[in-house]
Amino acid sequence: MKVLVLVKQVPDTATQVKVGSDPRAIATTGITWIVSPYDEFAVEEALRIREKRGTGEVVAVSGGPERVKEALRSCLAMGADRAVHVLDPALEGADTLTTARVLAAVIQQEAPQLVLTGRQAIDDDTGAVGAQVAELLGWPCLSWIMEEAIAEDGATVRAGRQVEGALELFDLPLPCVLTAQKGLNEPRYPTLKGIMGAKKKEIKELGPGDLGVNVDGPQLELVRLEALPPRPPGRIIPGEPKEAVRELVRVLREEAKAI
Amino acid sequence: MGKPSDLALALESLRRALREQVVPLLPHMDETQEFPDSVRGLLTELGLLTLVVPEAHGGLGSSLTDLCRVIEELARWDASIAVFVQAHATALRPLLLAGSPEQRRAFFGPVVEQGRLFAFALTEPHAGSDAAAIAARAEPAGDDCVLSGRKRFVTNGGIADYYLAFARTGPGRKGLTAFVVPARSPGLSVGKRENKMGLRASPTTDLFLEGVRIPAAHRIGAEGQGFALLTATLTASRPTIAAQAVGLAQGALDTAVRYAMEREQFGQPIGSFQGIRFMLAEMATAVEAARALLYRAAACHDEGVPSPALSAMAKLFASDTAMRVTTDAVQILGGYGYLKDYPVERFMRDAKVTQIFEGTNQIMRLVIAKDLLGRSRE
Repeated sequence: MKVLVLVKQVPDTATQVKVGSDPRAIATTGITWIVSPYDEFAVEEALRIREKRGTGEVVAVSGGPERVKEALRSCLAMGADRAVHVLDPALEGADTLTTARVLAAVIQQEAPQLVLTGRQAIDDDTGAVGAQVAELLGWPCLSWIMEEAIAEDGATVRAGRQVEGALELFDLPLPCVLTAQKGLNEPRYPTLKGIMGAKKKEIKELGPGDLGVNVDGPQLELVRLEALPPRPPGRIIPGEPKEAVRELVRVLREEAKAI
Repeated sequence: MGKPSDLALALESLRRALREQVVPLLPHMDETQEFPDSVRGLLTELGLLTLVVPEAHGGLGSSLTDLCRVIEELARWDASIAVFVQAHATALRPLLLAGSPEQRRAFFGPVVEQGRLFAFALTEPHAGSDAAAIAARAEPAGDDCVLSGRKRFVTNGGIADYYLAFARTGPGRKGLTAFVVPARSPGLSVGKRENKMGLRASPTTDLFLEGVRIPAAHRIGAEGQGFALLTATLTASRPTIAAQAVGLAQGALDTAVRYAMEREQFGQPIGSFQGIRFMLAEMATAVEAARALLYRAAACHDEGVPSPALSAMAKLFASDTAMRVTTDAVQILGGYGYLKDYPVERFMRDAKVTQIFEGTNQIMRLVIAKDLLGRSRE
C-alpha cells in the first residue's frame, strides 16, 4: 500500500516569535525549523502501516523554500522511502486553498491509497489543508484521528476520533484522507543509521510548471501581524491574610467582576 | 559519518531524544547509581553502539572525529551516558585494529543486530598506571585458552555482554595478549558495583576470571601483541575521554551562562558584573581551546597518523579544563551550585575522573615527555 504523508516545516515549539520587518511575516533569523509535531504522528502512522502490512511505500510531501528539504530528510531518516518537494516561491505565504491545490496535484500524480497529515500545523494553526485536499480530490476525510486500522484487503479503514467521553469509530473507503491527533502514536526518533541512510533516498523536486496548477493569488489575504499589547503587570494586595483576602474578594467582585 | 550536515542532523535527533527521555531521569540515576534499561535501550536503538563498527558489518563506520562529536554531545547532558558509549567503543578498538575477518563477523554482528555491549578490562589491583604489570594469566588448553585473574574498575561491568580483557601469555611487555571473553562464560563473575564520587549512573565493577575457558579464536591479534595493541587503542581512546571532558565542561558552562543572566543581585543580573563576565569568558576560552586540541588529535588519527603525544595532550588539557570550568560553574551559581537542584555539582564530580582514567594526567605527561625527549633514564 502506498501512503502519502503531507508535512509542513514549522518553527521549533521553543521559538520566541517576533513580527518581522515585513509585518505580514514573523522574523525568521535564528529560528530552528522542525517537522510540525502533528505531521510527525502522521509519518509514524504511515511507517507503522507499512511495517504491519510488511510491504508498501511511504512518501513524504512538502512545499516551500529550499530549507524544507531538511524537514523531508528528517522524515526519510525516520523511515519514509522517498520524498517530494514542491519548490515554488509562490507557495510562500500562499493561502490554505492554494497549498491544498498544489498538494492535491501531487497526490493525483502519485496516486496513493491513503493520505495522512497532521490535524493542523503548529505555526498558523488553520487546520484546513487536510480537509481541503480531500474536498479537491473528492475523497472522504476524517480529522483528528486517535487510531486507525486498515482492512486486510486494503479497501476500507476503520478510524476513531475522540469526542467528549467517547471514541467515535468510522469506516471509510480508501483512498481517503486522515488527519492525526496527538495520542495516535509515539513517533520514533530518527536513528543514526536512518539519518545516514536518508542521504541515499530520493527527494524529487517539482517546480511550478510540473503540476499544472494555476497559482493565481490568494483568496485569503494576510493583512498584517500585530504584536499583542504587553500584559499589564499583576497587582499584589499587601497586608495581613485576613484583610488581604477580604480586599481580594472585593476586587474580584467589584472591579474584575469575576465572582 | 559522512558530511557535516548529516552529523548535525544526527546530533539534533540525539539531543531531542536525550532531552525528552533521559534528562528528566538524570538526578535519580545519579542518586541511586542506576543505569535504567530504558536508557540503554534508547541509546542502543539510536545506533550509538554501532558508531565505530565498519559499514561492511552494518555499522556506521564513524571516524574518530565523529565518534568524539557524539560523545561530546552526550556528555553535555551527562557524563555517565557518554562513558557508556565511550567504554564500548574503546573495547571494540582492538577488534578494529587487529581482529581477523572471522572475529569481526563474530563480534560486530551481535553488536549491530542484538545491541550487545562491550567493556574494556585492563586495570588490575597491582597494575594501574603500570599496565605492563598485568598478572591475569591466559594458558593454552588444547584448542582453548584458560583465563585467570582479577580486573578492577571495569566500566559497563555487569551490564556488558563481552569483555575485552588483557592477560599474560609470557613474561614482560611482550607477554601480554588481548582476548574477547563472553560475559556468560563459566568461571566469570562480576564484583559489587563501586560506590563512586562521580559517573554514578555508570556501573563500575571488578571482574573475576576463575579458570574461564574460551576458544583460542577469541584471541585478538598475535600472542604477545597485547601491549602494542593497548598503546594503539589508548591513542585512539584518549581523545574520546577528552571529548567527554569538553562536553561536560560545556554543559556546566551553559548552565552558568544561563544562571548569570537570570540571577539578580544588587539590582542587576550577576552576568553584568565584570567579576562574573571575566570568569565566563575565561571558561569559554578554555573549553574552545580544549575542543580544538581534541579534534586535532582526532583528525591526525583519521588521517592515518595517530599521535600518542597529541592524544595524551588532548586528554590532559581537556580534563584539567573540565575540572576548572566545572568548579568555576559551581562558584558562579554560589549556594545554588552546591545543591543537587542544579546539574553543575554533578558535572564537577564527573569531571574529576577524566583526570584519572585511561591513564592519569601524570601518565599523560610521561607520554608527552617521552615523545619530546625519549625514554627517561630513571
